[in-house]
Amino acid sequence: MIPTISATALGRRYREQIALDDVSLTVEPGTVTGLLGRNGAGKTTLMRIITGLEFPTAGDLRVFGQVPAENDEVLRRMVFVREDQAYPDLRVEHAIRVASWFYPNWNADLARQLIEDFDLPPRRRIKRLSRGMRSAVGIVIGLAARAELTLFDEPYAGLDAVARQLFYDRLLAEFAEHPRTVVLSTHLIDEVADLLEHVVMLDHGRVVLDAPADDVRGTGMTVSGPATAVEEFVAGHTVWRRQRLGARGSVTIADPLDFAAQSRARALHLTLEPLSLQQLLVHAAGHSADEKVSA
Amino acid sequence: MPALDDGTPLFVQIAEQLADDIVDGVLAEGARVPSTNELAAFYRINPATAAKGINLLVDEGVLEKRRGIGMFVAAGAQEQLRAGRRKQFAEQYVDPMLAEANRLGIDNDTLVSLIRGPGWHNGGSRP
Repeated sequence: MIPTISATALGRRYREQIALDDVSLTVEPGTVTGLLGRNGAGKTTLMRIITGLEFPTAGDLRVFGQVPAENDEVLRRMVFVREDQAYPDLRVEHAIRVASWFYPNWNADLARQLIEDFDLPPRRRIKRLSRGMRSAVGIVIGLAARAELTLFDEPYAGLDAVARQLFYDRLLAEFAEHPRTVVLSTHLIDEVADLLEHVVMLDHGRVVLDAPADDVRGTGMTVSGPATAVEEFVAGHTVWRRQRLGARGSVTIADPLDFAAQSRARALHLTLEPLSLQQLLVHAAGHSADEKVSA
Repeated sequence: MPALDDGTPLFVQIAEQLADDIVDGVLAEGARVPSTNELAAFYRINPATAAKGINLLVDEGVLEKRRGIGMFVAAGAQEQLRAGRRKQFAEQYVDPMLAEANRLGIDNDTLVSLIRGPGWHNGGSRP
């Protein structure tokens, strides 16, 4: 099967600044991938290259097996919803109609339903919408396009928690009924963690983690208890972080613990606390300078 | 959303929750199990994750696929799961309890009387 996206030694530099450095990854069809990382990590640059808005300065990037830039046949099979997307000065309903002309799988009923769900005023000019409402317009277009490759780049500026949950629920329902490949870039990692099947993390333009979400969960673990017992227990494990408070110690290790190890920890009166995806990625970013984290 | 615990892979937790329902009889033998999409929407997880959880139980013979209709609880599934859990009972429940009792200086006789007779929950002294 041809991967939906494949990058090989991809690089992008702007004069002195390196935005992407030796990025190699594949995104399989029919998956939801989280593209994670700090601001400036290279997520948007990567998405802009995927959607043909920008050329790489090194390496190779293919979408559906082809180079996307200036390739209409590929570009009309994907939709890209950007943070703070700019729209021409139209009414909401007209902006939606214009979008419907671009996407071959557009579903007008779904668009109508989503406009209602997000309480968008169809006749209001986009310029007069709040920031959150403008984000909702992008989400409506991104979902109703039913494009084979759907990319969301921080799509919810100004949306409150309720609206974001609505977005996740609709995304999940749409994805279940009409499978497609979704790439979602976000810094609200714990909110989307359970929706993701695959996780790619960028840091300073490089891939620091590329693994199935299931493998990432349970990777990191914080062990705490009497400091000497903690130290004895974590010997031989890769240590990410060490804290001490009097006689109590707390050590975060990078590798997963099997059932026997967990029982042994309990017998030693140690407390085990798995890292959330967000905490895990914070650690991964902190150690990207050393080496690639393998999950 | 129903709380899913951290740490163990999500698909394992999905399998465990379905297994709990079968052990408790909430999902009777022969009953239809929610589809992957229903599970995904309910737990707010990726449908592929839900499918992995279901497949775990299919591999154990607890669930069976009926072509074109869906997934069902297999005959004998409840007893099979109970038997498996009995084997793990000592490891998962008794061992940690003994460890904690030891830590608190509760001797075996006291422990046994605790298990035998309810009504001693005041943190140390029997009335």
